[in-house]
Amino acid sequence: MSHLTAWDRICIARSQNRPKSRDILPKLFEDIIELYGDRCYGDDAALIGAIGRFEGMPVTILAQSKGRDLQENLACNFGMMNPEGYRKAMRLAKQAEKFHRPIITIIDTAGAFPGKGAEERGQAEAIASSLKMFATIQTPVLAIVLSEGGSGGALALSVADRIYMMENAVYSILSCEGFASILWKDETRAKEAAELMECTSIDLAKKGIIDGIITEPEGGFDHQSDEVYGQIRSIIRRELNILTKIRVKNLVQQRYEKFRAMGNV
Amino acid sequence: MNHLFKKRKEQLGFFQGLLSKPKSVNIPREFNESAIMVCDSCGGASSKKDMASNLFVCPSCNYHLKLTPQQRLYQLIDENSFRETNRKMSSTSVALFPGYLDKYNKNVENTGNLEAVVCGVATIGGNKTAIAILDAHFMMGSMGSVVGEKITRLIELADRKKLPLIIFSASGGARMQEGINSLMQMAKTSAALAHFGDNGGFYISVLTHPTTGGVSASFAMLGDIILAEPGALIGFAGRRVIEKTVNEKLPDNFQTAEFIKEKGFVDRIVARKQLRNTLITLLEYHKEASI
Repeated sequence: MSHLTAWDRICIARSQNRPKSRDILPKLFEDIIELYGDRCYGDDAALIGAIGRFEGMPVTILAQSKGRDLQENLACNFGMMNPEGYRKAMRLAKQAEKFHRPIITIIDTAGAFPGKGAEERGQAEAIASSLKMFATIQTPVLAIVLSEGGSGGALALSVADRIYMMENAVYSILSCEGFASILWKDETRAKEAAELMECTSIDLAKKGIIDGIITEPEGGFDHQSDEVYGQIRSIIRRELNILTKIRVKNLVQQRYEKFRAMGNV
Repeated sequence: MNHLFKKRKEQLGFFQGLLSKPKSVNIPREFNESAIMVCDSCGGASSKKDMASNLFVCPSCNYHLKLTPQQRLYQLIDENSFRETNRKMSSTSVALFPGYLDKYNKNVENTGNLEAVVCGVATIGGNKTAIAILDAHFMMGSMGSVVGEKITRLIELADRKKLPLIIFSASGGARMQEGINSLMQMAKTSAALAHFGDNGGFYISVLTHPTTGGVSASFAMLGDIILAEPGALIGFAGRRVIEKTVNEKLPDNFQTAEFIKEKGFVDRIVARKQLRNTLITLLEYHKEASI
């Protein structure tokens, strides 16, 4: 399991053939109804917002979407969300809270979009507000890092009661290219940065940042990996069973304590 | 691993020595008054004395120079009213990332502070306030575990003691060397603010040059009232990254305080000369909030 380098896993996580949110949602949920827009500026295709049923239980799904081919990649901006995406997520999360639906987020993004319009429309404010809102949302939140969890853009949807990672997923402060560029002013040292960043599922489980790992077959899971989808379903089943039984006030308090404990001082 | 612990132990000895020197934060660091200061923006020269009496705002072009936390406190709070909290807190991971320890040590030496934020309680115009000031001189004001923890403890203190909270941001964002733990400080500080706000706490965020990345995308943008200093750089992504992404040159005023205000993301731009009075007025308006 651990003979792969961090860079190997990054390559697997970013592979075009690896299942994307659009592939896995139908394998986990039934009766999916997508909902669009932030009621403010527009709709962000980099975030799939939906209501669905998990083994009969209504849930709200917020899934970052990179797209499965070039056409889809372009339509959803390679999974890099704009402020309207975070505002759509917050709108649907509030809706989930109102109707007592647990929220399941799927993380797959290199980071929030560093675009001109994104700055003009308040990317920083949108992410900050999302962090704050999820910190106290009065319904269970379960996050699954599917492939890539990059920076604040991923964190904004990961302030969750439980965070699971696919074995070959990575989750980090920044993409390894961005990290190398900031620290050494040299993007080409990404591979070297990857090994220093402690960004694999195994690293993050050791640090206590995540709650568990969904194991994958050698070389990464694919569309036929029924065993992997079974694992994801059993994690969702088990955690929703636990989380929906906790009194909401205690749930929010436990979530606070979970993030409160993070850091080395 | 053992040599890292040894190194860290030596470091701690060094810090203890540094901290045992008596030091009043209300007095700005010693300087040669006749020394010449050059404005970072227009290049105009003034004596340091003139610059200081003008609150480190360039008399020729009105550029607001970066302040140290000590200078900020001196300009802002009632004399001798500051009580610092968690001054000695330091990170347990400085020895873990290549080159981090050396860089950290240099910053400690240069600034006389152990981290990129100074936190405490002070009175401003008689209003008792919890206050945090990030220091752009210390590793670009970046937020690692200690900055996140000190700010979170201050928010919790403000919540417990029913004090208003003011945070002066000046930061390039999350601290790369501490990796995922730095990222998590965004969630931690935002969560603390969520609870503080739910309990009726009043929070003024003051954005100073520069406020970007993981700091702008967390506590800096969550003020009940958000003020900014004129000309401050405020944004999420860096200018070069954006230019590369969209393949166009950005206008000069992009991501300035004035630009951000026009887009609707700050309440007011306040010149340094008016800052103390503005804060006092706002604190007086919200006295009830803290009870």
